[in-house]
Amino acid sequence: MSTELAVETVGMVKSFGATKAVDGLDLSVPAGAVYGVLGPNGAGKTTTLRILATLLAPDAGSARVFGHDVVREANRVRERVSLTGQFASVDNDLTGMENLLLLARLHGYRSTAARERARDLLEAFDLVEAADRPARGYSGGMRRRLDVAAGLVVRPQLMFLDEPTTGLDPRSRNEVWDIIRATVERGTTVLLTTQYLEEADQLAQRVAVIDHGKLVAEGTPGELKSSVGHGSLRVELTDPDDLPEASRILVGALGVPAETTGPARLTARGTDPRSVARALGELTRTIEVDDFAMDRPSLDEVFLALTGRPPTSEVPAARKPARKSGRKSATNEESR
Amino acid sequence: MTTAARPIEVEERLLRVLGEDTRPQQRPGALSTSLTMGWRALVKIKRSPGQLFNATITPVMFTLIFTYLFGGAISGSSREYLQFLLPGILVQGVLFISTQTGVALTSDLQQGIFDRFKSMPVWRPSPLTGALIGDVVRYLISSAVVVAVGLALGFRPDGGPLGVIGGMLLAVLFGFCVSWIWTFLGLVLRTPQAVSALGMLLLSLLTFASNIFAEPTTMPGWLKAFVDINPIGYVVTASRSLMNGDGAADLAPALVSCAVLLIVFVPLSLLRYNKSE
Repeated sequence: MSTELAVETVGMVKSFGATKAVDGLDLSVPAGAVYGVLGPNGAGKTTTLRILATLLAPDAGSARVFGHDVVREANRVRERVSLTGQFASVDNDLTGMENLLLLARLHGYRSTAARERARDLLEAFDLVEAADRPARGYSGGMRRRLDVAAGLVVRPQLMFLDEPTTGLDPRSRNEVWDIIRATVERGTTVLLTTQYLEEADQLAQRVAVIDHGKLVAEGTPGELKSSVGHGSLRVELTDPDDLPEASRILVGALGVPAETTGPARLTARGTDPRSVARALGELTRTIEVDDFAMDRPSLDEVFLALTGRPPTSEVPAARKPARKSGRKSATNEESR
Repeated sequence: MTTAARPIEVEERLLRVLGEDTRPQQRPGALSTSLTMGWRALVKIKRSPGQLFNATITPVMFTLIFTYLFGGAISGSSREYLQFLLPGILVQGVLFISTQTGVALTSDLQQGIFDRFKSMPVWRPSPLTGALIGDVVRYLISSAVVVAVGLALGFRPDGGPLGVIGGMLLAVLFGFCVSWIWTFLGLVLRTPQAVSALGMLLLSLLTFASNIFAEPTTMPGWLKAFVDINPIGYVVTASRSLMNGDGAADLAPALVSCAVLLIVFVPLSLLRYNKSE
């Protein structure tokens, strides 16, 4: 991996009144990949991005983008980055074409070249049919594509995306993911924030988990998962009456507690495949099993283990409202 | 990084458009980016003509009401009064739509589009200066409508076409300067509702407590004292003189008012705008 750093922050602090939004954050983002900043609402993700995009100055510590200080060399930084905020940062009154034309002109394209560039982008982002309609009438997915296109009018070295798929339906979300992957393939570093563990898992080569403005964990999604321990075994019994006996066998074979997580379901966390194979062998000698599955720990579980609470209390619109807030952590395998 | 999941099917056109590094060599200057932002403001006017109509209908209604309802009582005849009223209504009309500067700014701020502008390597105040280009166009349209309605109703200015154009340009210049107040207030208040509520209140007070509708000679002393120092009055007097053929004698206090507004509110606005750091 190249050693060049796209972003480096050291002890970065930013307060708003009495609230420390960012509290001594150290980040090192390698160039050339997708880096995910993962955290619940209010963790300081957006503030971090705004500092890195030169919109806010840190109260203490330093932040550099490709080696340039975000305060003292703000213009150097601005030449290298683009920011697509959490809330649509396109003009609702302008058409898709006009929005891109505006940005192209601001970047210095002459009128014909600007129009060509805007048209190419509209084509690439599948917005040709909507090109001459005001962005106000766009669907969530179209607006987000226009938003991302607006951040790519000139290809930045580093693209900031603040919760790029929040509120999108699964299809639109996949489209945005494809765009992000293509952008990285072309050499742009992408720093994205997300509340969705799945998103970080899918896209990011490295992930920083932040909470209350502090770095809680950092690494590849795989490293984060293994830092939490092994996977979990889920067993569906044919007959609920077998639950106590099955539980006894599993605990005996695995050496970890087994929790009842459904009418006839047991979940044992912190197991490895070898003991699972043995335990299942013992179990099925006397008890009828409908189904079983071995889950790697999800990033949800990573988050819970690191911060002591689930990643988000909100259920994103794009997902099925399956997560019930009152249930215990052991049900988190549903989210994968 | 070789293990990273490659997209199974990446659209070729996506890669093509991302592959070209077409960033223009030369970055545009302050004037160019302001004009680009001005173009944005003009497109927005074109997109919502209703807003301009609403803004223009107010001075037209004021002209009709005051001319025919009170004109005779104040000046002896409606026609006589119209000659007095119209230059003032022109200024009032421009002032009323000037609040739109702050309203538009706050809705931009709420949308987050300024975050994008501010993170680009362009002259920072371009969004503000560009918006003012759009404002000036709105002021020109509003004053043209008011003058046209006036002429239709019997406004016969002694200053001739040059005097009328001079009066209009003065009103537009004043509107431009007042826009900076709304720019500043927009940056401070941050919601469109707050700006337009405060705007309507302030402007109603200031335009009625002025010499737009009547000479202050018959007003009670305390009110007259206020009207005499109301900068709107200086501008109305100067505009009236220009249009009614009394020349540019009253121009100086009006221009000083404009200059004071700029000297105070341009730096305040820019400081506030750049301060968000």
